[in-house]
Amino acid sequence: MKHRTFFWFILPSLAAMFFFIALPIVSVAVQSLFVEHEQIMTEVENCGPFKCETVLQVDNEATAALREEAPLGRFNGLGTYTNRKHLAFEQVGVAWNETETFGEFMSELINLPFYKALFFTLTYTAVVTPFVIFLGLGVALAVNTLPRAIKGPTIFVSLLPMIVTPLIGALILFWMVDADGIIGATLQKIFNDPNLSLKASTPLTWMMLIVYGIWSSTPFSFIVFYAGLQTVPKETLEAAKIDGASRWQSIRYVVVPYMMPLVVFITLMQLMDNFRVFEPIISFSASAKATSLSWIIFNDLRGGDIQLFGSAGATSILTILGVAILLTPVLIRTWRDFNQKRA
Amino acid sequence: MSTSVADRRSKGLIWFTTSFVVLWIFIAAGPFLWTLWGSFKVQPDFFSKTDWRNALYGVMTTVQTGSAFTGDGYYGAWVEQEFWRNTINTGIVVFFTVVISLTLGTLGGYALARSGFRYAFWLLMAGLVFRAMPHITLVSGYLLPFFEWNVWGKLSTTIIVLVAINQPFTLWMLHSFFLNIPKDMDESAMVDGCTRFQAFRYVIIPVMWPGVITTGLFSFLLAYNDFAVTAVLLSSENQTMVPRINSFLGTVRETGDVMFAVAAVVSAMIPLFFLVLFFQRQIVSGLTAGAVKG
Repeated sequence: MKHRTFFWFILPSLAAMFFFIALPIVSVAVQSLFVEHEQIMTEVENCGPFKCETVLQVDNEATAALREEAPLGRFNGLGTYTNRKHLAFEQVGVAWNETETFGEFMSELINLPFYKALFFTLTYTAVVTPFVIFLGLGVALAVNTLPRAIKGPTIFVSLLPMIVTPLIGALILFWMVDADGIIGATLQKIFNDPNLSLKASTPLTWMMLIVYGIWSSTPFSFIVFYAGLQTVPKETLEAAKIDGASRWQSIRYVVVPYMMPLVVFITLMQLMDNFRVFEPIISFSASAKATSLSWIIFNDLRGGDIQLFGSAGATSILTILGVAILLTPVLIRTWRDFNQKRA
Repeated sequence: MSTSVADRRSKGLIWFTTSFVVLWIFIAAGPFLWTLWGSFKVQPDFFSKTDWRNALYGVMTTVQTGSAFTGDGYYGAWVEQEFWRNTINTGIVVFFTVVISLTLGTLGGYALARSGFRYAFWLLMAGLVFRAMPHITLVSGYLLPFFEWNVWGKLSTTIIVLVAINQPFTLWMLHSFFLNIPKDMDESAMVDGCTRFQAFRYVIIPVMWPGVITTGLFSFLLAYNDFAVTAVLLSSENQTMVPRINSFLGTVRETGDVMFAVAAVVSAMIPLFFLVLFFQRQIVSGLTAGAVKG
């Protein structure tokens, strides 16, 4: 295809991506270097019937005018990145110097909002991903043995947790495990503890979120594995059987090796998806016990009276860097594939 | 698989796999059925402290309304809280997002599939990186400019943003579909004297619909399921269903009408059920097409 034709074909799509993806990233980066204006204080003389005193008062008009004039705020350099809400260099340094063991240092670190969110995000990703892979493979192997007539309906049902809006899916689970919901109330009866609440304890909240993650992502890995199972050559399976391999052995040594590229694919998709875990935290109203990087950004933008653009920008840039690190192996691999194809 | 393998399968194994599948179906579908059933009850039944079976038989519902089923939750959500407005907004946003993304995406995807130049590869790579970024990171970049230009809160702004966020994914998916359409088709049309665009119009468009429909389904899901963009970029009167359900949770908990939210959740779920029901095959093929999934 000629360069010129290519350009006209791709132009609309490229323009959309440039203006609404590339430029916002620049805008986020610029925002992260600024911080909100401080309120302008003026000395006012307050005269009562007996005496006069001067007090400091917020000058609303001047503050509003300043905000109007420079909506970005004042320049702060990398200050937002290093403050307590983000990378918190100072606090980390103090914690490092003052704690004796590594465990103590970690528990200090987890109290800082950014590291707390990062820690949850990583734990969530690390636990959900392997579960999703094993469970998905298990379901795929089991569904594959079903008679043809029930396969279709089974796949239909299996797709639901993944297709349904994350916020809604998480809410549905939340209502079931809530103190008065079916699972929550039953657990209270079993443990004979009327105050037992999954929301109140940090480990249980994390478990709930992880269970939601597994529930909503397993369908994806199931579908990919199920499609993969259809491509395993029958001859190899037959040959294994003739050689006396048991059912388990033929799964372990024939089917699983065939699935390995799919495992890599699912792992990468899961890493990307789980890294941006966000909606379940909103649905479970779990933000007191578990936060993620995406949730911090959302909270800066929607949480308080003033929108903290600088703070949200800094967290966004850090998140984008995280995604870039996660993606590097994929990019290198695709680059190699592409060069092989051209050669 | 061949029958000989099936013959060899022992009773125990059949029992095990069957119960595993049944358990999985129960886990996958149970929560939806439970909520669907419970949405026709009153709050003391659906959130029953005394006995979970109350939600099945509707004991309190019968006491309060005289019948075992009640549409009060739906009435409250749709009529009192005017959930229908949000449904219309979702309809508008989803429709335009899908149509515009597919129009831009087919043109771009076709160009990427037919161009072997290095920059096509780099564009695809950039698309991959853009796709992996959490949407909320971009949203924080929109807000300030949108406030300044006075376009914040409008449906049209949100549609454009969703189209843009959708583009990398649409491009990737359609690009791989176009790769599967033989090059000879449009090239022979060009030998016969068509321009590139004519070849696209008369040769490619008639055969591209399966790919476009599959991609459209995933664009639909992305726009329909979105929370991060719509929650931050839409003003309260323009909200779509998902952010509205979230704001229900705050207001409704205070007034004690959780059932409104339950009814709204079920209402928003129903279209997705039908989507999967009618397009199961396309969704499965899309998911397995590789490097796919919003």
